[in-house]
Formats: sequence, structure tokens, C-alpha cells
Amino acid sequence: MRWNETEYAGWGRVQTAHGEIARPERVSSLEAILSEGSVPAMGKRRSYNDACLNSGGRAIDMTRLDRIISFDADKGVLEAEAGITIGSLARIFAPLGWLPKIMPGTGFATLGGAIAQDVHGKNHQVSGSFGQHVLSVTLLTSGKRVIATPSRNKALFKATMGGVGQTGVILSAKIQMKPCPGEMVMVTERRAEGWDEFLSMLDTSTATYSVGWIDTTARGDALGRGTLEEGELAAGNVLKHKGTLSVPINAPGFALSAPVVRAFNSAYYHKVPVKGRTSVKPLDEFFFPLDKIRNWNRLYGKRGFYQFQTVVPTAQAPALREMLKQIAGSSLFSPLAVLKRMGPGRAGHLSFPMEGYSLAVDIPNRRGAQALVSELERATVAAGGRIYLAKDALASGDAVKAMYPEQGEWAEIVNKADPEHALETDMTRRLNLRSTT
Amino acid sequence: MSETWIILGATSSMARAFSRQVAGEGARVLLAGRDIDDLKRAATDLSVRGAKSAEAVAFDARNPESFGAVISLAEKGEGMINAAVFVGSMPPQEDIDADPSLIDGTVIDSFTGPARFLQALAPIMEARGGGTVVGIASVAGDRGRIGNYVYGAAKAGFATYLSGLRNRLTSAGGHVVTVKPGFVDTAMTWGLPGMFLVASPDAVAASIMKAMKKQKNVIYTPFFWRYIMLIIRHIPEFIFKKMSI
Ligand SMILES: Cc1cc2nc3c(=O)[nH]c(=O)nc-3n(C[C@H](O)[C@H](O)[C@H](O)COP(=O)(O)OP(=O)(O)OC[C@H]3O[C@@H](n4cnc5c(N)ncnc54)[C@H](O)[C@@H]3O)c2cc1C
Ligand SMILES: NC(=O)c1ccc[n+]([C@@H]2O[C@H](COP(=O)([O-])OP(=O)(O)OC[C@H]3O[C@@H](n4cnc5c(N)ncnc54)[C@H](OP(=O)(O)O)[C@@H]3O)[C@@H](O)[C@H]2O)c1
Repeated sequence: MRWNETEYAGWGRVQTAHGEIARPERVSSLEAILSEGSVPAMGKRRSYNDACLNSGGRAIDMTRLDRIISFDADKGVLEAEAGITIGSLARIFAPLGWLPKIMPGTGFATLGGAIAQDVHGKNHQVSGSFGQHVLSVTLLTSGKRVIATPSRNKALFKATMGGVGQTGVILSAKIQMKPCPGEMVMVTERRAEGWDEFLSMLDTSTATYSVGWIDTTARGDALGRGTLEEGELAAGNVLKHKGTLSVPINAPGFALSAPVVRAFNSAYYHKVPVKGRTSVKPLDEFFFPLDKIRNWNRLYGKRGFYQFQTVVPTAQAPALREMLKQIAGSSLFSPLAVLKRMGPGRAGHLSFPMEGYSLAVDIPNRRGAQALVSELERATVAAGGRIYLAKDALASGDAVKAMYPEQGEWAEIVNKADPEHALETDMTRRLNLRSTT
Repeated sequence: MSETWIILGATSSMARAFSRQVAGEGARVLLAGRDIDDLKRAATDLSVRGAKSAEAVAFDARNPESFGAVISLAEKGEGMINAAVFVGSMPPQEDIDADPSLIDGTVIDSFTGPARFLQALAPIMEARGGGTVVGIASVAGDRGRIGNYVYGAAKAGFATYLSGLRNRLTSAGGHVVTVKPGFVDTAMTWGLPGMFLVASPDAVAASIMKAMKKQKNVIYTPFFWRYIMLIIRHIPEFIFKKMSI
């Protein structure tokens, strides 16, 4: 297998790595590589940070191992190689009446990446996290094939869900899908004029899928205004999938400067009429709205951006409001900001979700960005909340350990599976995530 | 009535992308190649993606005795028989310089093996009144360059063969598409220096599908390679021979 020596980055492009990457196209090539020693795997590198980077070392790009291994059309049980993307699963199976139960906001996440970050979707409050619907995983760990399920190799299974690749290379996984009536979603959009109204709309929503877009530029009485999108799966077929646009080059700095974002957000907010509106959209437009523009991360210019995602317990909503205020006052805002209600569902020791509210914002890498993120992280710890390991680029190990009380237990299982620490990544080293003390 | 597609060199990621396209249209797909374990995995994948049926079958371009079984399996299907050839090998030119006997294998894999197979298949296609052959040649066949002229020569031979086969099959209602890819992001080019404007296997597969529908004869993919090669072919030999591109 040839190794490609290259520079690569996470989705936020602030963190980069230089190293060798192999991209096996068949299982036997992957096994041949791993017989010489463990190497961390990566998917489509849709994690914003250094979770999928291994500076100075080697990594395996799993995206060409993307085949369906079996499908039970009566039960909706699917087994596939880990490099297949969630978006292609939706495209292949929706016409057959099935959909992955949990889909993150990008269809480009791979099955392996969705497991390794135990991702959540717009239905988290109803259906929990991705790992809760995984029936089994086949791992290549220390040169051996190991199958783990919720009842067999239980500890290893749990440590793999949200385990950021540290238990071994996920070769394939079996998941339970959910029935779906077609390729469409019935979407209702409503305005929330301010923070309190937004929270009560989220609390009272009975929709299967719900997600809030929040205007981070709004201040004063309008603080926390935004729009709530609610969706239900619907019948109907997409005749022709729309093409994608692409951002071919890095955008100049002013493209997402504060005045531009302010103007854009206001227009975006007012697009939803006061009375709300309902429409029927193809699945991918509702679930993966940003995927329509390939390489949209280049809009932030060559310095890249951070994404900050936090979740705080329900009772700590006021703390989240303070965080929002801080962002609105900083001029480091961007159009992309998401407010979600989360349920308690989580599958692993390091899974992000907890019952409460989650806020995710992009923060352009300009002066003051790091200080702002650190502030927000401190506020998260104080509120008893958590930041997301698929997004965070700046936290310290101590803060993360405080947010993830099961980290020590996880590290013990993982260190047994990978005693040589060959699977460590830039993130696990930065956070000293594998230490048991 | 469903068609049969024979895919030669079906382990290639370009072939995988193409097979998924024809599977999506409900074809019966025969995945022919050397790595049967991998082809079986691919066959299951294609069945779920809409193929009428998909099977793995042993095929080695260097062993003509393996050809008959592939052809008789194809004949079991009713409708038209089509074939797409993705077989090819490109050893580094310096390996060939060190061991000229590598030329034989390169030429068999990229030219004479597939040609012999197609030659045996052609009468059956004619008898059934047509069908389509897709042959992957290469821009490397348009002009011999210091970096890979043995592989280039084999591909040039294959392209010429395809042109003749087109001539033959047209009168029987068949069609031949010659595909000349530039750089494609596959196992063959992964990690090689000097790659630029690299196309994805999916993009190549989509352009082949389009070319078949429009009954194109020779396509470059991505399309701009037509112009790049137009320029390269027109550089006078007395200049070209001193260049290193
Ligand atoms: C626009 C956008 C929207 C998003 N929306 C959401 C959302 O709504 N909810 C949510 O939860 N997340 C969301 N994310 C984050 C994304 O879903 C996760 O980062 C996911 O892990 C990305 O998958 P990937 O295949 O790109 O994995 P990568 O980012 O490449 O890798 C992530 C981790 O998984 C490990 N890994 C990957 N494949 C394997 C494997 N085969 N075996 C072992 N380990 C492996 C890597 O080592 C790494 O630790 C979003 C990201 C983007 C860019
Ligand atoms: N990648 C590019 O940039 C590029 C550009 C122009 C043209 N091409 C051509 O595109 C085609 C597909 O190549 P690729 O890029 O996808 O690379 P690849 O993965 O190396 O594919 C080559 C295929 O040929 C098969 N093969 C080689 N020798 C064989 C033999 N003796 N018998 C049976 N099968 C044999 C291989 O099978 P095994 O799995 O058994 O090895 C494999 O399926 C090739 O013809 C190549 O020359 C590629």
C-alpha cells in the first residue's frame, strides 16, 4: 500500500497536520496495513478539530471502504463498511422505505465517524444518539478482528461509541434503521422573537425533528431571536437531485465580517413570515442544508474558524443566555448558529449529549477568538455542561475531564485495547485523554 | 428486459463507481477480476443498490483460459451483453527500465488481454444484435512521454483496437465508447507525485454514463483533457523530444 505524505486539516482548518495517509480500497489492504501495527482511522474529516489528525504519524482514510455488506429489508437492519457516508445511506435507502435513525447535520459524515463521535441529529430529544442504534461493530484492534455488541464485549462496545477511534479501526457496523415514507420532509418554520420565547417553543415542540437557527448578532430585547424548524418525514420522491455549488478558493476576510453577517442574519430572520410557513423539502435539504455548498469552510478564509458547541443542563438555560450575550457582544459571530433541545440519550463514556440545551456557533479565527472560546468553555464547566469533542479545538485536558466524569473508566478500557497508544491522535494528545489519573 | 454488464477489472474504484451506476438502472452485473473475496463484497453492495443480480467471477487478463467461463456466464442472461474494461496496470517506468520483462505484463493487462477477451465476445454481441463496450484507455496513450511510455504505448494500442472494434460492431447495431481519463483519484495514482486536476471516480463514471446515452465515440474525462491533449499532441516532435513533462 502506498502512503501519501501530505498536509491535511479538520473541517475548521485552524488545526492542520503533516503525515502519511493510506487509503485502502479493499478489506485485505486494510488488514495488511494493520498487521504491521495499529494506525488511527479517519473518515471524511468533518470533525472541525484535531480529532482526525495525527501529526508526524500515519492515518488511514476509510472513505473507500464504503460497501453495503447486508440489508434485511423486513427489519431495516443494515451492515456496511465504515467509510460509507450517512448521506449515501439516506439516498440509497429512503426510496426503499428506510432511513438511518440518527443523521448529523452533514451527510458527509461516515458511518465510522458517526459512531466514533456518537453523533446526534435533529431528533435527539426523541431518538437519542447514533450509538444507541448500533447493533454491532467489527473492530480491527491490535491486529485482530473483534466483534463487539451491546451484550458481547460490552465494555469495548461502550468505549467505541463516542470513543474517537481509540478502541481500534472500525471496519464495519450493523445499525437499526427506521421506516420512512418517502424522500421528503414536511417542514414548518416559525419565528422566535427572543430568548424566552425560543426556549418555550423548543420545550413545547412535539415534532420528531426540530432545530433552531439563532441570530447571534441580535442584542437587547432581540437577544436570542431566531427561527425554529420542525420536520416530519413525508411521502414523495425526488425526481432529480439538485447539483451542488462549490467554493473554489479561500474567501477574503471581509466576506464574513461583522457587518456582512449582521445584514445577512437580519434578512434570513425576516424571510420566515410572522405567521410562519410550511413546505415540503427533499430529505437532504432539510437534514444536510450546508452540503449543497461544497467546501463552504473556505468562506472563512485561509485562517479558518473554530466551532464551539456546548450543552448545558435544562436548569442552566440562563447560563447559556449569558454565553450568547457574550458572543453577540464580541463581533466574532457568524451566520451559522444552532440552538437545539437535547434529550438524555448517549451511548458511550465520552458521548456529548445530556438533557438540556445545546448551542453551536462558528467563530472565525480572528483576534479575540481564542479568548472568547476559552471564556465560553469556562462558563460551560461552571454550568455543569459539556463541550463537543467533534468541534472543540482549544480546551485543556482538565476541563474536558471535569465535563466527562466517565473519562477515566473509558481510558482504562481503551488502554487495554491499544496498549501501545498507537491509535492516539492530535486531539487525544492535546487533551491527555488516555490518562487514567 | 434487463441487460448484462460484464465489468473487467471490477476491483478498481473507477469500476466500482461505474458498476453502481448500471446497478442503479437495474442491470445484471458480472464482476470479473482476480480478487474474488473483494468482488463478492462488491456484488452484495450492488444487489442492494438496485442491480437485478450481481455475481463475482474469476478473470485474469494474463490467463486466457479464464475468459470462457466469464463469457458463458454472461450468455445465461437474456437481453444485450455489454462489457466495460477497467483492467490495466502501470508499473513505475524506472522498474521497467530496470527489468524490461515487465513490459509483457503491462501490455497484456492494459491491451492484449482485454482485446482477446473482447474478440471472443464480439460474435456473441453481434448475434444478439448489439450491446455496448466501454473501454478505458488513457491520455497517456495520446503521446509517449518519458515518465510512462510503456503503459502509454499499451493504452495507445488498446485505443486503436477499440476504434477497430467500434467499426466492426457498429454494423451489427453495437456501440463502443473509448474513455480517455486524465488523472483519476484511485489506488493507481494515490500518493504519486505530480498529480493535478484529479477527478473522482464518481465523476468519471457519470461522464461515461452520459457518453453512452449520447452514443459518443471517444471521450476525454474530465472534458478539458481533450484540450490539454490537443496541445500536447501538436507540439512538434523536435521540441517534444527535449521536454520533460
Ligand atoms: C456541517 C456540519 C454539520 C454537523 N452537524 C452535526 C450534528 O448535527 N450532530 C453531530 O453530532 N455532529 C455534527 N457534525 C460533526 C460530524 O458529524 C462529526 O464530526 C463526525 O464524526 C464526522 O464524521 P467523519 O466521517 O468526517 O469523521 P472524522 O471527522 O474524519 O473523524 C472523527 C473521529 O472518528 C474517528 N473515526 C472515523 N472513522 C473511523 C473508523 N472507521 N474507525 C475508527 N475511528 C474512526 C476518527 O479517528 C476521529 O476521532 C457536523 C459537522 C459538519 C461539518
Ligand atoms: N487512475 C488514473 O489516473 C487513470 C488514468 C487513465 C486511465 N486509467 C485506467 O483506468 C483503469 C482503472 O484503473 P484505476 O485507476 O482504478 O486503478 P486500479 O485500482 O489499479 O485498477 C486496475 C484494475 O485492473 C485490474 N487488473 C490488473 N491486472 C489484471 C489482470 N492481469 N487480470 C485481471 N485484472 C487485472 C486490477 O485488478 P486487481 O484488483 O486484481 O489488481 C484492477 O481492478 C485502468 O485501465 C487504468 O489504466 C487510470
